[in-house]
Amino acid sequence: MSSDPKIKGYEFKPGYSGMAADTASDQTMFKGVHWGKAMMWIFLLSDTFIFSCFLISYMKGRGSTPVEWPNPSEVFALNAFGVPVPLLLIAIMTFVLITSSGTMALAVKYGYERNRKMCGWLILATAIGGLTFVGMQAFEWSKLIHEGVRPWENPFGAKQFGSFFFMITGFHGTHVSIGVIFLFIYAYKTFAGHYDKEKRGWFTSMKGNYVEIEILGLYWHFVDLVWVFIFAFFYLW
Amino acid sequence: MSEIKKEQTTTHKIGIYLWIWGLLFVLSFFSYMVDWYQFQGLLRWSLILLFMFLKAGLIMAFFMHLFWERYALVNVLLWPMTAIACFVGLMVAEGKYTLFSRLFYFFVGGS
Repeated sequence: MSSDPKIKGYEFKPGYSGMAADTASDQTMFKGVHWGKAMMWIFLLSDTFIFSCFLISYMKGRGSTPVEWPNPSEVFALNAFGVPVPLLLIAIMTFVLITSSGTMALAVKYGYERNRKMCGWLILATAIGGLTFVGMQAFEWSKLIHEGVRPWENPFGAKQFGSFFFMITGFHGTHVSIGVIFLFIYAYKTFAGHYDKEKRGWFTSMKGNYVEIEILGLYWHFVDLVWVFIFAFFYLW
Repeated sequence: MSEIKKEQTTTHKIGIYLWIWGLLFVLSFFSYMVDWYQFQGLLRWSLILLFMFLKAGLIMAFFMHLFWERYALVNVLLWPMTAIACFVGLMVAEGKYTLFSRLFYFFVGGS
């Protein structure tokens, strides 16, 4: 079942008949869907296109150069106890981000169940996971910059490597950072009971509602989703 | 909106989230193992893509609730992805052509 609230005088039908009823309805397409949630989905769709453009240009750049591409499992290897372990940091970052995605999913669930404390702690855990991720990414960037990787050159192979690396992971890291800021704000708002008391937001006259946690969750899961693709195409390929 | 807020929204059992969470961990571990054991060629690429799409599907379907969402929303979100798939196809062809012409003019030379 969808988490959208039921509205009076409108019966939601699942499947394609529901889709026909939604798209054929006057004034509002997604009946009963919170506008913030619909707009977050639209935003995520546009963001998908931006990240796709980056990854596709990376694919094209890597595919069209006759120079050997740097081997990611050597470039991103990390020494653990004197032994170089391939992609060690990247693997840890992946697990950290998935962990934070899981805590976010649970936060949404507890939010809708009006379990304020549990929801707040889980959002806080998500924020700390995201902060850990950004910290490890900063470490990775400084390590590579120290080794001489620049957007225009690098000691490992094809010159394009650096520009794609900094652009793609940088744009993703920016998303994570913005997400972390909002996670901390929403953790505060949850603990302060803004959603229970229906306190109005800062930028809108909208009354506080736990659907905002789901909207924030959509953004956070999207950041995790993008990382799945970056991990596969940039680090593993 | 006044009648909406009093309605109870539906939530799911915690088990489903924990299962998906566990599966994501296992799939991430598998995709890391692809690199660990240094699989090469078609096997490497197909395994990477398989684990990637499984992970992406699980996140979208269950963490982002698309599995339970109305079809109108699901279709609005998923159909534009075909445009991205077309774009990928175009750029694969374009990249091959660029590589070909680079190598051609490096070795044969222009006139």
